Amino acid sequence: MRPIKLVPDTTNIRFLRWRWVALAISITLIVASFALVATRGLNWGVDFVGGQQMRVTFAKSVDIAEFRNRLEKLNVGDVTIQELGNNRTMNVRVPLAGSGNPIGKCIGAGVGTKDDNSNKIASQVRAAIETGYPGVNIGSVNSVSGKVGCELFSTGSLALALAMTGIALFIWFRFEWQFGVGALVTLFHDVVLTFGFFALTQLQFDLNVIAAILTIIGYSLNDTIVVYDRIRENLRKWRKMEIEPLIDLSTNETLSRTVTTSLSLIITLAILLFLGPDIIFGFTAAMLLGIVIGTFSSFYISNPVLIWLKVGTDSFVQAVSPGGAERVTRSESFSDKG
Amino acid sequence: MLNFPRWKVWLVIITTAIGVLCAVPSLLPASAKAQLPVWMQNIHINLGLDLSGGSHLLLEADVADVRKQQLERMEENIRTEMRRADPRIEISDISTAENALNFMVREPTQLDRAVDLARQQTNGVGIAGQRDWDVSVRDSTRIVMVPTEAGIATEINTALDTARNVVAKRIDPDGTREVTVIRQGNDRILVQVPGLQDPEALKRLLGKTAKLEFKLVDLLADPAEVQQGRAPAGSQVLPMQEGGFIAVKRRVMVSGDELNNATQAFDQQNNTPTVSLTFNSQGGRKFGRVTAENVGKPFAIILDGLVISAPNINEAILGGNAQISGGGFTVESANELAVSLRSGKLPVALKVVEESTVSAELGKDSIEKGVLAGLLATAALVAYMLLTYFRFGVYTTLALFLNALLVLGGMAIFNATLTLPGIAGFVLTIGAAVDANVLINERIREEVRRGRHAMQAVEFGYKEASTAIFDANITNVISAIILFWFGSGPIKGFAVVLAIGIITSVFTGVTFTRLLVADYLRRNRPKSLNL
Repeated sequence: MRPIKLVPDTTNIRFLRWRWVALAISITLIVASFALVATRGLNWGVDFVGGQQMRVTFAKSVDIAEFRNRLEKLNVGDVTIQELGNNRTMNVRVPLAGSGNPIGKCIGAGVGTKDDNSNKIASQVRAAIETGYPGVNIGSVNSVSGKVGCELFSTGSLALALAMTGIALFIWFRFEWQFGVGALVTLFHDVVLTFGFFALTQLQFDLNVIAAILTIIGYSLNDTIVVYDRIRENLRKWRKMEIEPLIDLSTNETLSRTVTTSLSLIITLAILLFLGPDIIFGFTAAMLLGIVIGTFSSFYISNPVLIWLKVGTDSFVQAVSPGGAERVTRSESFSDKG
Repeated sequence: MLNFPRWKVWLVIITTAIGVLCAVPSLLPASAKAQLPVWMQNIHINLGLDLSGGSHLLLEADVADVRKQQLERMEENIRTEMRRADPRIEISDISTAENALNFMVREPTQLDRAVDLARQQTNGVGIAGQRDWDVSVRDSTRIVMVPTEAGIATEINTALDTARNVVAKRIDPDGTREVTVIRQGNDRILVQVPGLQDPEALKRLLGKTAKLEFKLVDLLADPAEVQQGRAPAGSQVLPMQEGGFIAVKRRVMVSGDELNNATQAFDQQNNTPTVSLTFNSQGGRKFGRVTAENVGKPFAIILDGLVISAPNINEAILGGNAQISGGGFTVESANELAVSLRSGKLPVALKVVEESTVSAELGKDSIEKGVLAGLLATAALVAYMLLTYFRFGVYTTLALFLNALLVLGGMAIFNATLTLPGIAGFVLTIGAAVDANVLINERIREEVRRGRHAMQAVEFGYKEASTAIFDANITNVISAIILFWFGSGPIKGFAVVLAIGIITSVFTGVTFTRLLVADYLRRNRPKSLNL
């Protein structure tokens, strides 16, 4: 019995031949993401825009229209009601009045720091539900004032931006500047597409999603660094090889690892997605998507960037050790490649 | 590379043992955990409120209110000091507008003496010899006192510290519940109460400042003027609970600070709920003296600036006991007021700016589904690894389980809190751990294909894969640190688990498996690897 090998021992796929096609796809997706975010907008959670959100389970099924009517009578703002699985469990959301988008609200001249009575509204809504439907179980309540929402939004964005910059600087330090730029462009690509995904599906965009985006960044970087590491190794080993075949060689050499790792994560996340608790659904969906995007971008974003930024065959030359030179002679089985 | 010195082997074994041991208390059911020695029980993971159920409230202090109170208190002090001075210093035109205390000294010759007295009211703050108020003279007749930045900061800090203690006492009068009440930043207090059933009651309890005062009613005030909001000198106009306004003397007869106890009771005549008060000896004496001097006159019971009732003093009240009735109390609200009074007044009004409540059932449901899905996902992952890498898949599996235990152990040592985003961090580190092993195993396969012997292939596999593993994990460390530094609540939870998980996953994925592989190679000396 032999172990499973999903990828043959030696592959020689010329990935970069399709780089212009891939670039066209990427640009289309990025433009589409921007367009989606601009037109449909993100379904901002109350974490960022302020307001309240409740998860309500009724003793018996209720008429949504009537329920909505009852809440709208409170005159607290734009009530959104969403069924969760069955018509007994519902998600009720009341964003702060006039708080569509934290970007404009928080950055625009301190509007978001205005005082509000969001928590009073939460108590009001809760009381109305409890008196209107005896036996109801309020599973969770999340209420955030506009000021705190803005703080969460700005600290979250700042942390995200700093983490990305820090990572790019580290890769520059460990590799060459082109690799740092490559990693940053890749991260940008992945984050924009994730935003597009959230705009498309209208899954709620809250603080937990920031954690999901960070996880996606983590996975995507992992893929990128593995290939970059192999490119660095091969640049030292094959001094005369052109950059394009060299990158393809590196991608092929690490292909089996990429497939195995991605597949094992996809299996794990798919199970979590379908069987896990529904409160992590959006989160798991984002991560699953992130694996796919991350794998794609490590092939077609981070690698072509190196060519466009003209990583030369002389990169890493100073760093060559006697050990590295020795390996050239040992690996002759590969010399017919490229 | 595959030769492990004996001390290194022991180091790995001891680290593993300690990590696993620390994970144990968190995994045991509560009953079994109680059997453990106390020091072991203390090493445990806290479940975040999103998983265990409970309420999380973020309270914000009204900083402007603190500053206002600071000015008012100084005004009171200055009035008293100038009156007491010998000879008495006449002051007039006192104002607290624009965050400064500003008054006129009538007799210019007394100005220097007044400045001295004003300076004596200030205190030193910090170590640089700064004072909490700046005292200056304007137009050679007026004294202007402005609180310094440091003075304001100290004032807010003290108010928040007191408020924190009061909040803790109100929520948990007996100190038996596992509540968290901590200050956050400059003007906020974070309250976390696990397993709470009624967050509204909690909010009502914290929404009251519970500043209780007894003052004499000013009978000389013109009722028409009072309804206009104007009171004679030395008096003030306050709203009444039943509607309308009443003029009361500014001077406090006795206040809630001088209480020994407050309990919910019933009125003996009409059996309605009341709050029964017991003054401490000083408060009791004061109350006795004032009531003896004012028999037949009404006094006002004032809570948070609202007159609850204004009964007549029928006789001197000497026992140090009093009762608040007629506030339209229910048993519940009387009890809440009693708790608030017992814990003392809040030095500053607090407002709920963030609330997050998860019922225990939802939390339990999430955990159950999460555990089931997690187990299935792990089983699928293990099966995949075993089918792909055989013997090396076994090592990978062992490493993954050990990693999970070590992450739990590491979190337990720091008493970290496991939240939903924390679980995401956990998934990421499991992913990183799988990837580390996949990288190594694939590299070994590659080296075997290049015609290396088993030993050499393994040695090169670990060595070459290490640089990629190192670089990938350092980037994760960078994001973990930055996120911990700048992130808020949930993001911090993610960062903590990520930081611990990176260290453990490198340890289990690289060091621990290498030990296992080295042991296998030494014992069996295989010619080829089935990989």
